[in-house]
This record gives sequence, C-alpha cells and structure tokens, in this order.
Amino acid sequence: MGLLIAQLLTGLANAAALFLVASGLSLIFGVTRIVNFAHGSFYMLGAYIGLTLMNILPGHVGFWGSILLAGIAVGLIGVVVEILVLRPIYRAPELFQLVATFGVILVIQDLTLMTWGAEDQLGPRAPGLRGVIRILGEPVPLYDLALIGITPFVLFGLWWLITKTRLGVLVRAATQDREMVGALGVNQSWLFTGVFFLGSALAGLGGAIQLPKGGADLLMDFNIIAAVFVVVVIGGMGSLPGAFIASVLISVLNVFGVAYLPSSTLVLMFVVMAIVLTVRPFGLLGREEVAGEHGQVGEPERPIRPFGLTGRLIFGAIVLALALLPLYGSPFAQVLITDIVIFCLFAASLQFILASGGLVSFGHAMFFGGGAYVSALAVTYADTPMELAFLLAPLGAGLIAILVGWFCIRLSGVYFAMLTLAFSQLIWSLVFQWGEVTGGDDGLVNIWPAAWLSDTTAYYLFTLLVGLGGIVFLRHVIHSPFGYALRATRDSARQAEATGIDVRRVQWVAFAFAGMMAGLAGGLFVFSKGSIFPNELEIAKSFDALIVVFLGGVKTLSGAVVGGAFFESVKDWLTRLEYWRLVLGLVIIGVVIVAPEGIVGTARRVGERLGLVKEGEGTR
Amino acid sequence: MSVILKVEHLAKSFGGVKAVTDVSFEVRAGELKALIGPNGAGKSTCFNMLMGQLKPSSGRVSLDGQDITGHSPRDVWRRGVGRTFQITGTYQSMTVAENVQMALISHHRKIYSFLPRAHRMYREEALALLALVGMADQANRACAILAYGDLKRLELAIALAHEPRLLLMDEPTAGMAPRERISLMQLTADIVAERGISVLFTEHDMDVVFAHSHHIMVLNRGELIADGTAAQVRANARVQEVYLGGGTLFSPEDAHG
Amino acid sequence: MNPIRTLAAAAAAVLALSGTGLAQDTIKIGEINHYKRMAAFAEPYRKGIELALEQINADGGVLGKPLEFVFRDDDGQPGDAVRIADELMTRDGTVMVTGSILSNVGLAISSLAAQKGFIYLAAEPLADSLVWKAGNPYTFRLRTSTWVQAAMLAEEAAKTDAVRYATIAPNYAYGTDAVEAFKAALKKLKPEVEFVTEQWPALFKIDAGAEVQALESSKPDAIFNVTFGSDLAKFVREGNTRGLFDGRQVYGMLTGEPEYLDPLGDEAPEGWIVTGYPWYDLPDGPGKEFVDAYQAETGETPKIGSLVGYMTAQSIAALITKAGSTETDAMLAAFEDLKVETPLGEITYRGLDHQSTMGAYVGRIALEDDRGVMVDWDYRSPEPYMPSDEDITAMRPAE
Repeated sequence: MGLLIAQLLTGLANAAALFLVASGLSLIFGVTRIVNFAHGSFYMLGAYIGLTLMNILPGHVGFWGSILLAGIAVGLIGVVVEILVLRPIYRAPELFQLVATFGVILVIQDLTLMTWGAEDQLGPRAPGLRGVIRILGEPVPLYDLALIGITPFVLFGLWWLITKTRLGVLVRAATQDREMVGALGVNQSWLFTGVFFLGSALAGLGGAIQLPKGGADLLMDFNIIAAVFVVVVIGGMGSLPGAFIASVLISVLNVFGVAYLPSSTLVLMFVVMAIVLTVRPFGLLGREEVAGEHGQVGEPERPIRPFGLTGRLIFGAIVLALALLPLYGSPFAQVLITDIVIFCLFAASLQFILASGGLVSFGHAMFFGGGAYVSALAVTYADTPMELAFLLAPLGAGLIAILVGWFCIRLSGVYFAMLTLAFSQLIWSLVFQWGEVTGGDDGLVNIWPAAWLSDTTAYYLFTLLVGLGGIVFLRHVIHSPFGYALRATRDSARQAEATGIDVRRVQWVAFAFAGMMAGLAGGLFVFSKGSIFPNELEIAKSFDALIVVFLGGVKTLSGAVVGGAFFESVKDWLTRLEYWRLVLGLVIIGVVIVAPEGIVGTARRVGERLGLVKEGEGTR
Repeated sequence: MSVILKVEHLAKSFGGVKAVTDVSFEVRAGELKALIGPNGAGKSTCFNMLMGQLKPSSGRVSLDGQDITGHSPRDVWRRGVGRTFQITGTYQSMTVAENVQMALISHHRKIYSFLPRAHRMYREEALALLALVGMADQANRACAILAYGDLKRLELAIALAHEPRLLLMDEPTAGMAPRERISLMQLTADIVAERGISVLFTEHDMDVVFAHSHHIMVLNRGELIADGTAAQVRANARVQEVYLGGGTLFSPEDAHG
Repeated sequence: MNPIRTLAAAAAAVLALSGTGLAQDTIKIGEINHYKRMAAFAEPYRKGIELALEQINADGGVLGKPLEFVFRDDDGQPGDAVRIADELMTRDGTVMVTGSILSNVGLAISSLAAQKGFIYLAAEPLADSLVWKAGNPYTFRLRTSTWVQAAMLAEEAAKTDAVRYATIAPNYAYGTDAVEAFKAALKKLKPEVEFVTEQWPALFKIDAGAEVQALESSKPDAIFNVTFGSDLAKFVREGNTRGLFDGRQVYGMLTGEPEYLDPLGDEAPEGWIVTGYPWYDLPDGPGKEFVDAYQAETGETPKIGSLVGYMTAQSIAALITKAGSTETDAMLAAFEDLKVETPLGEITYRGLDHQSTMGAYVGRIALEDDRGVMVDWDYRSPEPYMPSDEDITAMRPAE
C-alpha cells in the first residue's frame, strides 16, 4: 500500500514538468495552429538558463527566482522567434510553419552548444528540499511534494488567465474561431506574440523546474518533444485541462509501467495514445477540428497538368545527364545521387498522400524503414536472392500501410498525423526491442545487392531506373483517375461521397500505395547501404521527409523531389562545417521566409512575374 | 405517372429535439416538386435523410420501390439520384471540365484505375454537359476562380453527369441575383423536362417556386402541412396561417427575396 | 540571414576545406563521428587525435609524409556514415577509415568496409558483434569491449556475499549486451546468485524516481548499473535522495569515466565499483605523460575519449609504418598482431579476432575535494576475461 502511494506520488511529480511544457504547446497550437516542433528547444533553454541563474543567485529566493526568471527569459526568446521567423509566414499554407520551427531547433542546438559547452550539467538541489519524508514507510522526496503542490497552482493560474482576463477571452475566442477574432478588430499579430510568450515561458519554466530532478543536456530537446506531443494529443489539442489530465495519466502509467513491465518504457505512451485516439478521435477533451487543417489554407491550389513538351524535354535532359554521369562524374557523385534519388522517392511518396490527399502523415518512415527491414530480414533469415528480397520491400511496406491505414484514415488533420506517429513509434520499438530477430539497434548487416549490381555504377543505374521510375509513376498516378479521386476527397469530401466516391476507401488505397512506394525507396536504400538500423524508422526520418515536402512546395507536384534534392545536397555540403546545424537551420528558415510557397511554388510565381512562365501553366 | 421516390413516416430527432416528424410524400416521374417552409422547418434535414447524409430516426425511403433508408450517399447516387448543395462543394483544385469529368469517371466506375490520364477521360461528354448549362466557354478555367452563379451551373452539370432519374436540389438559387435565379431555374426545368428527370428542390424564393414547380410541399416545424399544386397550396388554410397569419415564422425577405 | 549569401559562404568554405586537402602530399585517414549529436564524447576524442597527430608529425610523420585526418560528421545516422565513408575512400583519397562512438554506425561502416575492401578501425564502439558475430577481415576494434568490462565487474561482484542482484540498463543493444555479459560471467563464478529484477529505462529518457522505487521494492543485495550520461545523473540523484544505495554494493559500467563521473560533481556515488579512467592518479610513465601533454595542449582534463582518440591515431601511425605502404593489402597484413606503444603500455591487435588488447581501469568511487574520483584502482588486461579462442573462432563468420 505504501509503495503504491509512493509510486502514485512519483508519477504526479513527474507530471509537473510535462504539464508545464505540454500546456505551453497546447496553448500555442490552439491559438496559432502552429505545430511547434521547437517547443522542446525552449524547454532545454529553460533548463540551461535556470541552471546559470541558480549558480549566480543564492538561497531560497535565488532558486525560485531563477526558475521564474528562466521562464520569462525563454518567453522573450519565444517572442523573438515568433516575430523574426513565424510572423512573416503566417499566410503560408498551414503546417508550413513546422518547417521553420525545425530550422529553429537546429539553430538553438548549436547556439546552446556554443554557449554552455558539450558536457552534461547536473542541476542543483532545491534549498531546503533536499531530503525525504516517509509516507507509510516509503521515502518520498520533498521536492516531489513541492512539484505536486505547484502544478495545481499553475493550472489554476492558467485557468484564471484564460477565463478571467481579456487576453484569456481573446485566446478562447481565437481557439474557436480565428477569423472572427480578426474580424472583430483584434490585432492578431500581438495576440499571437502574446500567446507565444506565454507558451514558451511555460516550456522554460518546465525546463527550469525539473533541474533538481535531473539537469541540462543537449539531447533534452528531442527527448521530451515526443512525450509532449503525446500529452497534448491525448488531452485534446488546445485543451489545458486535457493536457493536465493527460500529463498525469501518462506519468502515472509510466511509473507503474516501470515497476511491472520494465521493458515497456519505450512504447507505453504511444500505445496509450493509439488507444485513446481510436476510441476518442479528438483526444480526451478535444473538440472536432474545424475544416481547413490539411495544409490547404491559403491560396487555392491550381489545376494540375502533365508536363508539356518543354517540361518533358527538360526532364528528359536531366535523366540523360544523370544516366551518363558514370562517363564524366566521380564515383562519389554516383553514391551521393543514389542517396538523393532514394530520398526523393521517399519524399515524393509522402507528398502523394500529403498534397493530393490532404493526409499529413508524421510517421511515413515506418514504411521506408519497414520495407527496408522486410528485405533485410528475407536476406538474413531465408537467404532470399536479392532480386526477390528487393521486391518484398514495397510489398511488405504496402501490407503494413494497409494495416496501419485501417486505423488511421478514420481520423483527420492533426489527429491523423499523431496516430501515424504513434504507429510508427510502435513499429520502431518493435524492431528496436525484438533483438533476437531484428538485431535491435545493432541492426541487420551485410545486406548487399546481387553480384550483377554490386558495382557502384551498376547500382547507381539501377537506382536511377527504379527510383526515377517510381517518382514518374507517382506523378503519373496523380494525373490518373485515382489521383483525381484522391484530390476530390481532399477538396470536398461531401461532394465526393455524393458523387459515388468512397472517401475512406480512396484514402486507404492512397495510403497503402504511398506506403508501398516508400517501401520501394526503403528497398533501394538497404541494398545501397548494406545494412539497416532502427534509425530509418525514427520520427526524425519521417520529419526529414515532411520538411522537404514543405520546403519544396506542398501545392506543387515536383515539390518533394526538388526539396529533397535541395535538402540532401545542402546537408551533404554543410556537414563539413563545424557549426553546420546552425547554418542548415538558418538556410531552412531563410528558404521558408523567402519562399513561403516552397521552392517550386515560389519559383513558379517569380517566373510568372518575370514573364518566363505562362500564368497558370508551367512545369509543376 | 409512376412513383420514383416514396417517403413514408420519416422522422429525425437530435437528442430529443424533433427536427422532422412523420413526413410522407411521393415524387413522380418527370415531376418538379418544391419543398418549402420557414427557416428551421426541417427542409435540409429531410434532404440529408433522403440522400443518406443523415440516418433517419424512423420511417422509410424507397426509390423505385426499393428501400434505400439509411443507405450511404454514394449508394443513393449510384441508384440514379443526383444532388446539389446549398453551399456548393465543387473541387477547387480542378478545372470546370475536370469537375464534371470526375463525376463521369465515378459513374463509369473508373476511380481505381491508375494508368489512364484523367483529364482526357470523358472529356466530350463533360463538354456537352457544360454546353447544356451554358458553361462551355469556361471549361478550362480553374474552378476556384468561378463566379458564384457559374458554380451553381457547374453543380447542375455535375449532378446530371450520371444521367439521374431524380435530382435533389437544396436551395439551388440561394445567394444569386433575382434574374439569375429565374434563368437558372428555367434552365433546370428545360433540361429535366427534356430528359424526363424528376426534381425535388427546396427554395426560399417564392417566385421561383411558384413559377417552376408542378407540386409544392410545405414543411413547418418538421411537419408536412400541405402537398399539392400551387393553387391548392395557396388556398391551404394552414399555409396561410404559417406564412401570413403568424408573420413571425416567415419574414418578408424570405418570401420575396 | 540571406540564404543565398549563406549558401555562397558555405560553398566557399567547402572549397577552402577540400582545397587544403588536395594541396599537400599527406597520408589521409577518414574519421567519421557524431561530433554534434554526441558532442560531449566526440570533442575530447577529436582533441586526442589532434594531439597525437601533432606529435607524430613533429617526429617526421609516417613514411616521410605528414599524417592527416579528415573529420566528417554523420549526425549519428548509419546511412549517412556509409555515404561519407564511400566519399572519403573514393573522392578524398583517404587510405582507411576510423571513427564512430555509436555501435550501429560502427557496424554499418564495418559492413561497407568488407564489401568495398577498405580497412575500418572501429575506435570507440563497444558492441562485441563488431569483432565477433558480425566480424569481418577488414574491421578492427580498439576499445575494450562490453563483454570484458562487464566480466571485470562480475569478478569483483563474485568476491562478496551478495546473492540477490538487480540490474538497470538503457533499453538498447549496449545495455542488453552488458547485462547479459555480467549475468553470464557472474553465474559462472558464483552459480548461486539470483537476479531479482531487471530495469530497462529508455535511453536518455529515464524516469529515475520510478526506477529507484522499482529497484528498492525488489530488495536486492547489490545492483549492476549500465546507465550513463543524463540517465546516470538522474538515477544517482534519485537513488541518493531515496537511500537506494545505502548498504548496497553497486557495480557501474563506465561510471568512472570522466565523461560520466565529472558531471555528477559532489554527488558522485561513493563506494561504487566501476570501470573508468583515473587520469588524475596515474604514476609517472607513458600514461601520465599523455595526461600532461593533453592538459598542456588543450587546457582541459582528459576524458576516456581523449585517450581513445590518441590511441587511435597512434595505432594507425604504427600500422602504416609497419606496413611500409598505404596499400590495403599491405596494411591488412600488418594489422595482424600489430603492436602499438600507447599510454596504457603495449597493446596488440589480435590476429584472432582483430580486437586490441586495450584493457580497463577498475576501481572504487570516492569523493575528494567535492568531486568523484576512482580510488584503489588497477589496470587490467582484457585477455583473461575474453571467451576462449575456440568460442571466438566459432562466433566469427567464416572468412
């Protein structure tokens, strides 16, 4: 009994920091609709700034003052980010901002490394709260009790702010109907800035308040972000009480998970999220989403056209130049372009469901890595010939996509995205933990192509054929009746249903098809690298694809390919520099601000303005 | 004239609130029938139940004698019922012609084909339908930049794509200028007369209703209070009461436009 | 910032970098690591290499040419590492590749090395499959393996009366390997021991309070710890606060390494038996000379990574000198039973499994001047702790 209570208290104490960070994210999302990936970075900054202040300021006042000041400082940093990076792109397609926030993550990572150094820092203990008290014989740290005591006050404070102040009225109104608030003459940009301050400050507070239980290190931004998103989604995006309940739920479950299912720690919260979303599609206290959250806000997309003669000639010339590369390029150029083509195919498969279907997937890497693993397992355990194993990659990935799709397509918008994230994390942890079969994070090695393809040039040409073939096929399907039907479901699901189109089934087939094409890319990948590791199933891999789709231009057909080629080549250059993450982050932010419609979209607009491309036509 | 659509004792309540109570009527072949009534009378609810967007609480809808109660919208559509919406739901990212082609592709059950080029499929048929509604010259424009009245015409062309026997039109002229209303409704009347299509429509504009419908039904507070010719409805005492006597239920704007 | 200007600057920097590489006649070694993703470990490692290079080149280099390392960042991604290795070997003209801290990146490069026929010296990765189950003729490994370090701690554990053991290890291959090795070694020495609980926190996402409660509730006599980094810091703090370590012996893998011990400051867990690197306490000799040179050069205290980096460069210099050429075949032949003089004394790259005989320091943590240090330590050669030669031969794939 004593142990049970002690465990419950541990869970409640853990919920404190999680709730602070998650409530900030939820608030920002609710009002600005920005999916702020950089929220974990604010948490990390809160920890570092708090630590620095605690070393300067002495005593009780110094300790608690430092936490408050860290919150305010991080809030101000959030304001700077909002004004410099996000404000210029509020008119861009929805979800585009997440690319910018990804750039912010990279910049903050390197700046933190420069400022505080690489070594992990242990947080100071809270003065006066170092010890434990015994509850029914079990030791409970005093600081845990302090955290448990503080959280309700924060919740209450936020509740007061939201329900009793003018800012709160505006925030609530904006969460429900942004346009109306704008129409009523409220200055939206300052409302957004204010909310960003509050949300970032909460993240900073969360970072500082957890110091006595841990410290500050350079990985804490990525380490918390998944948990925070899970909490926000389970609670219902935009709902503060929901975030509170979900933080407590996740933290307490985690504690019992540790005690009774010790190896479940990787996956427990994602299982909970998958269950909650399957039962309650909008989270515990979330509301159904208003339409227009599918990356479709902003200027309507223009009708598509297959390449005209010029487009075909240009494309043909590029293919020819690539095919002849072995005659004039270095072997490494072939290796690099092999990588780029594979990545572009992966990104193009994501863009297919994202742009044409309006289905924003945060877990697309599960099909890329899944396909790669299917091939690798076939080779490792059945000595399958490479040619056959390679074909199993798209088939296996397609099968996974059919299964996962069955659950996911019943949701839409951000909730769909988060459920795909949960499933990709489930598959990742399955691969990661099932070491006897998958090799765990030591992966599967020596998965090389058949003899006739083992030469770099041969494999390069093979990749070119299959990879570009896949990209062309994806593009072709967009122009086929199925591609049109998919766009129809996105443009108006009601109209589609009323004209005989089974919206869910079309989306399901599209999801499976995109998964299959991602698996094809995975198959190319595993035989080009000779090995496969769980990294290729990670959230980061999914986000890489997401970012290049937006970077290239979500409302264009070539966006993923152009974005992918741009991102991979720039990254290959920049990693030679010392502070490459800083530069890459700035490049991403720069592209986002200069080209809010993505590289292709903006190039087309500039071309039209200069009269190089005819209005409404051109290569898309 | 044979009965195409038969509605028996249809009812719908939302959490205890009765939106539609015990509505029964028929639509016969080649008939243009209007369903009118004050705001909140339950017209849209009725429509949504006929087409499958809403499941009725009780009652029965049959098409050509076959029970279609609670069938999905796409199934009802496949059985030859076309529908237009009060707020248009066209595909913004396609051209005018492609919007019609999409309906034709669906009608010919080619949705799941991956190989042909969609923008070349059934193009002639689509252009013919567009010509029918006077939109031929706009076929290649982006749907997103169409004027509102043209969108309504386009919707009509789309609704005709699968050669329906019955058209359900929800406020087909809402939001249009008075002259446009008359001409669109005249166009609709001509097309359906020529093709033998039955039409059931809701409408606020009484000029449109009385000029074009063969029969008129009046719905008030979820209840059907009249069903007959224009003259019969005009003479109906309860209709008189709802529209003229009460005054509060039906504002002058609604009546004139 | 103007992105075009940024790109131009980046491109210029790249040209400048590659330009310097081409200008001189040097022997180039490719070095791939996670300089950003794991900065705390990679930076001291790189400094160790640079110190060794300075000394080697001051003595005239190898084969009369300066030795040069081309440092590349793979962001911790095996896929990227493989591409970079390819680039280093085909474009940058490096004669072999070394590097990596993460085991999976090491395994990926190792597989490529065997496929493309170049030499890879895995400097820091701990996974034993590198040289055993997934071993190949082109891959060599410097650092003391997980197996050996766990076996050294198990030997210490077997000397006590404790029979009820609990383990806590990060939930990934290194953690599971270490626990498995410790259990096997300890059971062999003392069959009556029993493992009462195994805790598997997710790497760098430990819920320390819950873990401590779970360990405490199983009432073990002793604990085997494999957590490190921020997980270790949180575990130690919660454990200290809640009295988990009172009256219990704890054995800590790598806990004595400065990378992990230094951040704990005055909360370093006294009494733990750990493997690590007591650089502050070394007697006069090559070990101390390295420490002094490193501190003079960098102004920082050395980490275990510094030592490994230093020994990596030394090993490669010795290799090329012995081979007399930078041809892969000559170097492969020279690597068999290559002997290298290092701060730890002479080590040998065993022909049997390509594993070096770099050993480990085992000692007890004590507090001195408010920081943790290893005391009562000794340096142990790995060979007595290795599986038998027959077992190893059976594990390695046929060549």
